[in-house]
Amino acid sequence: MLTSVSNRQELLRNFFHEMFRIRVVEETLLNLFAHGAIGGTVHTCLGQEAVAVGVTSALNREMDIICSNHRGHGHFLAYCRDDRGLIAEILGQSAGVCGGIGGSQHLQKKNFYSNGILGGMAPVAVGMAYAEKLKGSGAVVVQFMGDGAMAEGAVYEALNMASLWGLPIMFAVENNQYAQSTHWSAQHSGALEQRSEAFGVPVSDIDGNDVEGVYDTARRLIREIRSQCAPRLLFMRTYRLGPHSKGDDLRDPQELDYHLQQEPLYRLRKNLDPSWVTDVERQVRQEVAMLVDDLRRS
Amino acid sequence: MELQLGLAEALTANEKVVVLGEDLVDPYGGAFKVTKGLSTRFPGRVISTPICEGGFTGVAVGMALRGFRPVVEIMFGDFLTLCADQIVNHMTKFPGMFNGQVKVPLVIRTPMGGGRGYGATHSQSLEKMFLGLPGIKVVAPSHVHAAGDILQYAILADDDPVLFIENKLLYPLDRYAHVLMEQSAEIPGYPTVALRNFGSGQPDVIVISYGGLSRELVPLLEKLRSDELNVTAVFPSSLWPVPIKTLVRYGAQCGRLVICEEGTTGFNWGSEVAVLLYDALRGNLLAPITRLAAASQVIPAARQLEMEVLVTAGKIENAIWELMS
Repeated sequence: MLTSVSNRQELLRNFFHEMFRIRVVEETLLNLFAHGAIGGTVHTCLGQEAVAVGVTSALNREMDIICSNHRGHGHFLAYCRDDRGLIAEILGQSAGVCGGIGGSQHLQKKNFYSNGILGGMAPVAVGMAYAEKLKGSGAVVVQFMGDGAMAEGAVYEALNMASLWGLPIMFAVENNQYAQSTHWSAQHSGALEQRSEAFGVPVSDIDGNDVEGVYDTARRLIREIRSQCAPRLLFMRTYRLGPHSKGDDLRDPQELDYHLQQEPLYRLRKNLDPSWVTDVERQVRQEVAMLVDDLRRS
Repeated sequence: MELQLGLAEALTANEKVVVLGEDLVDPYGGAFKVTKGLSTRFPGRVISTPICEGGFTGVAVGMALRGFRPVVEIMFGDFLTLCADQIVNHMTKFPGMFNGQVKVPLVIRTPMGGGRGYGATHSQSLEKMFLGLPGIKVVAPSHVHAAGDILQYAILADDDPVLFIENKLLYPLDRYAHVLMEQSAEIPGYPTVALRNFGSGQPDVIVISYGGLSRELVPLLEKLRSDELNVTAVFPSSLWPVPIKTLVRYGAQCGRLVICEEGTTGFNWGSEVAVLLYDALRGNLLAPITRLAAASQVIPAARQLEMEVLVTAGKIENAIWELMS
């Protein structure tokens, strides 16, 4: 990397700041849910913050496009940092990014679109990439999906068309190891990470809990996609620390303990000045708490 | 062909119009040849897709969200089931659930209907599966409509998703025009056409129908004229929303109504239209509304068996005389 050491340190601090903000927003939402302040459901991305921040930081936020899924709060916050709009949306307020109509799984702002049908956005994202190619805009589309969505047929139709037509799209697969309650090994045959190769879509298979690695790889892939107008798939191995939605978690506590040592914030903290980390954490917690108080008073 | 001209004019009028579907590109030009010549005239804008109806319908949704006005051709209407998730949970949801911040101007064209011996999975009229779905219009011109103009309107002027139902048996027919025909525009862009078989006086029976059944009804009206029975056939091109004021206006002209459609009986277009008409015409009906639809069973491949299941001119004529008796 050409980035100097001090710039790298600055970059990691920014990553930590953004990732921690996502973590706190997600924990706050679970807390609000537990207290009956929000209805429906919330799918949090606890433990997957490095994916959201690493990938999104590699994009040109002015022109690139994100298609996200039911577990998209992190993607949304990393894209536009509008925590007020997100929390208000989930609280069902008109100040929400979609006036409270969309809710947790249906977010739209600028070039960000999410939907709650697994795999359904993959062909939509391919269409967006086709549109941008026809316009000659140079924009790249990122299609986030999990290991669960990789069982949907729509995903393979999308991979086929993206490759056939040479479209500027990156499939960002977060293997968080669980599809609701089912471990990925119990729902997929063969090598999940290699499937897109058969469509001529090259794969980069990486540690999704290392934000620096995610960012560097995503940046390289986005550069390739933009210059070659061809799709790539970024396969990121991570772990869903939280339940699927709310209290529906039946996993072995020992398994969770192991992953608490692997999760991205835990790892990133080790590379940062502890007193800076303490300050940032306090500040972010305070900001989010004030924001929620403010919204709930309104 | 009217539809081909409509498509060509839409492609000419707006460079954001693109057409996607299976086998569209020349020299093949689509299974029913509606796009023939268009890929040559508009290079890069008429796109042959892999056989993945759900996938390329989703592609069209993505293109529509990013400023294009895509037209999707689904080779047989029966295959719409493969697009159902994109129709129900994507294209019709985005404008509403994103609080009006996006539009999905998109047309899905597809041929429905039997009468050609294609059998159970290539002969259905499945439009009723999408009738009543919020956020979409379901349009089905007959051969008394200027189908090409309606298609052009749907592509160029309608910012909502439109499911545009064609009928296989109408493809080779020229548009039917007659002096005793009038058009009303309750739903902008999607006219209802009424055809009379009498010059002056009142109708004895009103027949309400749509799409491919115009092919049965136009000659039937001619035949009933020689029997001195005054019949008005009313053909909405918009099935959903229903141009109910127009239908009520015709229904009020006489108290005898027949509603017929090509799809299967049960929870269909005629059920909804009949209820709306009962609400509006309460007390003015001389007889209960007669409804005709295909039998609730698979459509047989054998031609003579197929005709037993489908609605034909003969069955409509019998229903009319029964209503008169």
